[in-house]
Amino acid sequence: MTAAVELQGITKRFPGVVANDGVTFSVESGEIHALCGENGAGKSTLMKILYGMQPPDEGTMSVDGRPVHLRSPKDAIALGIGMVHQHFMLADNFTVLENIILGSEPSKGAGVLDLTAARARVEELSRAYGLDIHPDQVVEDLEVGERQRVEIIKVLFRGARILILDEPTAVLVPDEVDELFRNLRELKANGVTVIFIDHKLDEVLEISDRITVLRAGRTVGTRDAGSVTAAELAEMMVGSELPSPATGETTVTDSVAFAVRGLTIAGDGGRAIVDSIDMTVRRGEVVGVAGVEGNGQAELIEALLGLRHAQGTIELDGTDISHWSVRRRRNAGLGYIPEDRHRRGLMLDAPLWENAMLGHQARSPNARGIWIDRAGARGRTEEIVERYDVRTPNIDVTARALSGGNQQKLIIGREMLAEPKVLIAAHPTRGIDVGAQASVWNLLRQARRDGLAVVLVSADLDELIGLSDTLVVMLRGRLVATLDPARVTPRELGSWMTGAALDTGDAA
Amino acid sequence: MTAARRSRSELLLGFAAPVAAVLIALVVASIVLMISGSNPLDAWASMWEFGTRLETSVDAINRAVPLYIAGIAVALGFRMNLFNIGVEGQYILAALVATEVGTKIDLPGPLHVAVIVLVAMSVGAAWAAVPAILKVTRGVNEVIATIMLNAIGVSFVAAELLGRWDSAGQDTRTADIGESGHVPGINWLLEIFTRDVGKGRELYGFLFVAIAVGIGYHVLLTRTVFGYDLRASGANPSAAEASGVPSKRMILAAMIGSGAIAGLIGLPDILGELYHYGGDFSQGLGFLGIAVALLGRNHPGGIVAAALIFGYLDASSPILEVEGDAPREIVTIMKGVIIFAAVVAYAVTERSRRRRQVAAAADAVPTTSTEIGANP
Repeated sequence: MTAAVELQGITKRFPGVVANDGVTFSVESGEIHALCGENGAGKSTLMKILYGMQPPDEGTMSVDGRPVHLRSPKDAIALGIGMVHQHFMLADNFTVLENIILGSEPSKGAGVLDLTAARARVEELSRAYGLDIHPDQVVEDLEVGERQRVEIIKVLFRGARILILDEPTAVLVPDEVDELFRNLRELKANGVTVIFIDHKLDEVLEISDRITVLRAGRTVGTRDAGSVTAAELAEMMVGSELPSPATGETTVTDSVAFAVRGLTIAGDGGRAIVDSIDMTVRRGEVVGVAGVEGNGQAELIEALLGLRHAQGTIELDGTDISHWSVRRRRNAGLGYIPEDRHRRGLMLDAPLWENAMLGHQARSPNARGIWIDRAGARGRTEEIVERYDVRTPNIDVTARALSGGNQQKLIIGREMLAEPKVLIAAHPTRGIDVGAQASVWNLLRQARRDGLAVVLVSADLDELIGLSDTLVVMLRGRLVATLDPARVTPRELGSWMTGAALDTGDAA
Repeated sequence: MTAARRSRSELLLGFAAPVAAVLIALVVASIVLMISGSNPLDAWASMWEFGTRLETSVDAINRAVPLYIAGIAVALGFRMNLFNIGVEGQYILAALVATEVGTKIDLPGPLHVAVIVLVAMSVGAAWAAVPAILKVTRGVNEVIATIMLNAIGVSFVAAELLGRWDSAGQDTRTADIGESGHVPGINWLLEIFTRDVGKGRELYGFLFVAIAVGIGYHVLLTRTVFGYDLRASGANPSAAEASGVPSKRMILAAMIGSGAIAGLIGLPDILGELYHYGGDFSQGLGFLGIAVALLGRNHPGGIVAAALIFGYLDASSPILEVEGDAPREIVTIMKGVIIFAAVVAYAVTERSRRRRQVAAAADAVPTTSTEIGANP
């Protein structure tokens, strides 16, 4: 069998750092090959090289046995290599079909779009691989899993036979992951080679044929999925056992910090997006909100923060804050770890110290009256960097320069040091590596011990079950179940999330 | 140590871009001159000789003062991704109304000027408030709205002036503002360095207002919570909103602030030299302000440099026709090329700056590659 892709001795240096150091990586035709490693291990650089986004400084690359030199992604696409990025690159206000053909529009000649042919091809691809999408839906209205399918079809539409997926499961709930895996197996059965980057070792073991682990820019080794355990892989990645999110003894108190009553957000079509939600969070308690993405969790969070208009009452320490502005709520002690760091949490091109005051810019130590307190803000940033182990050369680099894990630690640090009474954490470990994940879990546990009330929305069921004191399940805008995380299994939780438990009358 | 070296090289990089832009503009303009049969070297030599005369410098600075204010007005909007294309209409309307008011009142010196300034700022702010309100209530794009309002404003001014003739019956203009409403020149400032300014030129006293506007802009943006909110809204509107910045209020404030500053643009000429509003009032400063803000990268210091470059180009170009070297429109071509080249150069330097920072951040994470065994 010839290797679909073979990378030999790839070295890529950036000023002051070697991102890839003699990496060897070989993917056989028609296999699903996982690439594992912590953030900063060099996975992304390697994939960028493979996709022609960056040229290697040293090393050779061959595709289907022929040596190649890629100058741009165009070359990669011509060779049948396609990439699905972690942050989707779709035009929100275009339809699925328009997005798919964007950049490789089929033409009837003379520059006239051949939409009929494009639609037929998209429908055929969607059928052949079981990638369920509607070509005429506007991307804006799609859930994450659907957007990902659009990205995959977009790549296949360009004739890709080798598919690179950058952390595809990071944004998905278990059911969506299952569906993605079904799609990937379908692709494999059709002879497509899949390279996918992931941190979650159980997933890696479930889907891949072989696994290559990178660490600090070097290949640690390649293993058959059948002959390696998660523990062994973890050791290859970080040199230690995988951490677990379990919280240990309970710290829940009797005093209610946060109470939501009858919270309702009206939707477009008359159906409520969030439907009369009641929720109480006590000091020292983590309430986990489980649910398939798109069941109103994002809107619920926006309403709690005051970003979205909603009916019902929200009480913080017994005070009704439902008519307060966002700033007033945040100053009153509402902490927020956003689901999408880049969109809601950071100003990527602003220096770190300005990012470290975002959300707390109107109060001490970042401000004095109407004036910014530069010394105070910079001191606070130094404190965050120090205490939350943010790896950065200084506090004047832009947020963009940091890795995802370090960005997240900065956000968590700024929220924690602001001493919130209630923390709203949305997918706090999404897209960060195991090391950073463990420290985020530790920080949340510590905050809980210190009496913080936490609302945790997550797609990671282990994280939800491990960290929460109380679990609620959100389905079509309603809270359909309250479960005890000590007794529930991921499978049970999954059936509540999809509504299967409701249908079978398996109520708790 | 390395951090210091880095920040110094970043600073150099920041200067390299505009310098490169000006050089490219010189080259392109030279080529254009050659094609049209002029000798570029002669043209540049005349411009240099003329431009370095003291009186030309006074002209250049007098031109740069309104350009600077225009640049700041535009930059304030730019900082939160608001494109106030309407600076043009705002300042023309403000200049006319303020002049009218100025001719009708008679107050002691400073007060007379203060009233005129206040009226101009209010009119600019009010004219800018229209697109701001349309944007926050109805979602109307401010670019479209301000372009429309420019047309309306300029037409209004034209209609208002119709039928007014000056004493010679040649020009449409308002009456003159009384002596107390004039802003005295500041040639004494030049006389510290040199004796003879001469040739009837007066350095505008409004220079100090421009400096104050620049300092105010800088302090507002970098030292106040409001400025932080404004920059946050520009850098990432969703994150700013989540951090508690009231986005609609920020749009109103930035737009109205921009309009208030725009109101000042016409005053250096009117209060320093013309004392009336008429056909000799220079239009187009609002659009030039966009170019100046772009070239100056919305930075109060950068805008100084940009305004001076444009001011010098304008002040030294008339010699080209006097000497018969070239048409003065070559300067317009140069301005266009400078902007174009600057935009490209900034994109390039920005990318290189980002790369350096990512590398620096990667540096901060210790790599432990030596601990890893060989491939199996």
